[in-house]
Amino acid sequence: MMNKDQRIGGRIAEWGFRTMCLAAVIIPLLVLATLVIDVAIDGTQRLSWEFISSYPSRIAEQAGVLPALVGSLFVIAMTGLLAIPIGVAAAVYLNEYGKNSWVANIIEINIANLAGVPSVVYGLLGLGLFVRFAGMGRSVLAAACTLALLILPIVIMASREALRSVPSSLREASYGLGATKWETIRQVVLPMALPGILTGTILSISRAIGETAPLIVVGAVAYMTFLPDGLNSSFSVLPIQIYDWTTRPQAEFLINAAAGIMVLLSVMLLLNTVAILLRNKYQKRMY
Amino acid sequence: MSSTPKLSISEMDASYGDHQVLHSIDMQIPAQQVTALIGPSGCGKSTYLRCLNRMHELTTSATVNGTVELDGADIYHDDIDPVLLRRRIGMVFQKPAPFPTWSIADNVLAGMKLTGGVPDNADEIVEKALKGAALWDEVKDKLDKPGTSLSGGQQQRLCIARAITVEPDVLLMDEPCSAIDPVATARVENLIHELGENYTIVVVTHNMQQAARISDKTAFLMMGELVEFDDTSKLFSNPAKQQTEDYITGKFG
Ligand SMILES: Nc1ncnc2c1ncn2[C@@H]1O[C@H](COP(=O)(O)OP(=O)(O)OP(=O)(O)O)[C@@H](O)[C@H]1O
Ligand SMILES: [Mg+2]
Repeated sequence: MMNKDQRIGGRIAEWGFRTMCLAAVIIPLLVLATLVIDVAIDGTQRLSWEFISSYPSRIAEQAGVLPALVGSLFVIAMTGLLAIPIGVAAAVYLNEYGKNSWVANIIEINIANLAGVPSVVYGLLGLGLFVRFAGMGRSVLAAACTLALLILPIVIMASREALRSVPSSLREASYGLGATKWETIRQVVLPMALPGILTGTILSISRAIGETAPLIVVGAVAYMTFLPDGLNSSFSVLPIQIYDWTTRPQAEFLINAAAGIMVLLSVMLLLNTVAILLRNKYQKRMY
Repeated sequence: MSSTPKLSISEMDASYGDHQVLHSIDMQIPAQQVTALIGPSGCGKSTYLRCLNRMHELTTSATVNGTVELDGADIYHDDIDPVLLRRRIGMVFQKPAPFPTWSIADNVLAGMKLTGGVPDNADEIVEKALKGAALWDEVKDKLDKPGTSLSGGQQQRLCIARAITVEPDVLLMDEPCSAIDPVATARVENLIHELGENYTIVVVTHNMQQAARISDKTAFLMMGELVEFDDTSKLFSNPAKQQTEDYITGKFG
């Protein structure tokens, strides 16, 4: 009797829990979908090749995202170029060389903390260190350095995780064949960790492409009438352009902002797709 | 019996941190013969083997004392580069571990690929090594397939081929048959027996029949001490020590 009651109670509890979990999945998805649809309804009015290939303008119908789009791609490419080699090298040091040394342990604890620092703080750091101290000015390079610093902890942690998942039996097999540590890392460990490293880094880059706060601090401009023509050039980026349009009093500019968001989302989607394709490609090469 | 030993081990201790695993081992391993190491689980067989090609020191806080001489030269001498030493003393592990991102042929050539370059006659080398490891007929049509696409027993023979491509003087094998089925075991056993004509082989095994079948000499280890070391036929038929007799007759372990 008692037993049966308990079972019924258990079932109700299970049903309740399942419904709660389902709601936890569906509600955020619904909110997200509403947002995207709302943006898409506004944005498609304006989204066109002309919008993508035009410069900003005081007249909403003539304004476009070209400098911001090129700026975003330029800054992000430089960010990757800086953050990925440094991040992977740091992860290799932590996982393969520095194991159990106190330096490595201290670095490790701090990296996890750094990943949690608000991005605006990185902006201030970038302003002080790169824009002013290193004399880079409000340039593409300063922005890339700042964003690289911002995603470095994530790149390191993702790469570290990928390296850790390489079985130690493979390292030993390599040493047993008379390979040095470096030969082992380069030819056995890194190739196996590559899919994980790629996914982690591309995801962190697609996060950086949406960053606004640090770039406001570092000095991205919203009204660019020319394309960035080098590392020392001033620049705009998509999130800043979008933000600027939303602050204009005229309602037409809000439509521009929506179209800009669609461009930004497309770039992110593209990057994430590349991440998945690369991962699948390299994973297939194994076993 | 050859007169000068290939490996001459004296007063060798090995520890992991404070935990001493091997106690003052003295042993002369003859050249071009198969020497088997038997003993209960945890007695230090793997540790022993790893001390012979300086893999032991790769474990954090692991230490070795005493001397191990290869052809009369101490392998723990300051002048010896452990990396070069490991090309002379190859190793096959308990669990086959082919490199997953590499093809069968590349796995055979792994030692060369890792350490510098593959010579022009790579195809010949692959064929010779795979024949040597009694695997050629099974894989000759799919050399470009991944090494991990093979069965466990085939993978283990691939790892043996990989080890002999480096042309070591000595081959250390840690329970090479423990992860494979009886048919594959028989093939690997035959292989070890054949390889013993050209190589000095030290093989760890849990299986006493196997030790009796494949080895010329057998060492019995217990709790990190060498209890008895003698010709295999003598050790199994007429052991000198009571502990050895108890172990081989299955009274414990
Ligand atoms: N990496 C390690 N760190 C600390 N202790 C270890 C390590 N590896 C082995 N040991 C200890 O050393 C002792 C001997 O281990 P070893 O692996 O040499 O035994 P074994 O004879 O090969 O056993 P088995 O037959 O089960 O493989 C054991 O007590 C084990 O706990
Ligand atoms: Mg063992």
